[in-house]
Amino acid sequence: MIFDQVGFFVLAAVAAFAAVMMIFQRNPVNSALYLILNFFCLGGLYLTLSAQFIAMVQVLVYAGAIMVLFLFVIMLLNLGDDKHLREHLGTRMYVGIGVSIALVVELVYLFLYRSGKLAVQQSPAAAEMGTVEYIGKVLFTKFLFPFEITSLLLLAAIVGVVILAKKKIAE
Amino acid sequence: MIPLNYYLLLSAFMFCVGVLGVLVRRNAIIVFMCIELMLNSVNLTLIAFSSYLGDSTGQMLVFFVMTVAAAEAAVGLAIIIALFRNKRTVNIDEINILKW
Repeated sequence: MIFDQVGFFVLAAVAAFAAVMMIFQRNPVNSALYLILNFFCLGGLYLTLSAQFIAMVQVLVYAGAIMVLFLFVIMLLNLGDDKHLREHLGTRMYVGIGVSIALVVELVYLFLYRSGKLAVQQSPAAAEMGTVEYIGKVLFTKFLFPFEITSLLLLAAIVGVVILAKKKIAE
Repeated sequence: MIPLNYYLLLSAFMFCVGVLGVLVRRNAIIVFMCIELMLNSVNLTLIAFSSYLGDSTGQMLVFFVMTVAAAEAAVGLAIIIALFRNKRTVNIDEINILKW
C-alpha cells in the first residue's frame, strides 16, 4: 500500500505547485497551462478516491473543454504583452496575502483539531460507486429532476452567451 | 491508506490559493481561472467525503458543479469579451463604470 501513498503525495504536490505557479505567472497563457496541469492532477486524485467517472469528466470537460475556451479567449483578446496590463500591487496585495494566510490557518486548524473523528480509510462501498453504471443509475432515478434542470441551465447559458458576445449590428 | 484529512488539507490549500489570486491579481481572466480553481478544490472535498463515507451524493453534486462551472465559464468569458470590446482592457481596476 506504499504505492498508494507515493501516488497521492506526488499528485498532491504537483497540484499544489501548479496552483501556486498559476497565481504568479504574468502571462495568462502560462497561467492557463498551469491550471490544466492542476486539473490533470485532480483527475488522478479522483482516481485514487475510486471515482473513475468523475475523473474522466474532469479531464474531458475541465482540462479539455473549459480550458480550451479560456485559451481561445486569451488568444482572441491578444493579451500576450503585459505592457498595458501593469498590475499595481500596493496595500491591496498585503491585505490579500493576509486574508489568504488567515484562511489557511483557520482551515488547517479546523481540519486538524476541530473536525472530530474522521474516517481513516475509504469505505468498502465506495469501490463500485465511481463506475459509469452506478452513476448513471443514480443520475436517472434519484437525481432525475436536478439532471433535467441542468439542461435548462445550459440552455439559458447558451442564449446568454450568444446575446452577450454578439456584435452590435446597428451602430 | 491515506487519511481523509490529507485530502481536506490539500483542498483547503488550493482554495486559499484561489482566494489569494482573486484578491491580488488584476487581470480579469486570471481572476476567473482562480474561481475555477476554488470550485475544483471544493469538488475534491466532495469526492473525498463521498468516497470515505460510502455515499454517492457527493459525486452527483460534483457532476452538477461541473455543469454549472461550464455554464459560468462560458457566460463569464462572454462578458469579458464584451467588456474588452468596449473598454479595450481586462484590468479590473479600470473597469469601474458601476462605481459611484
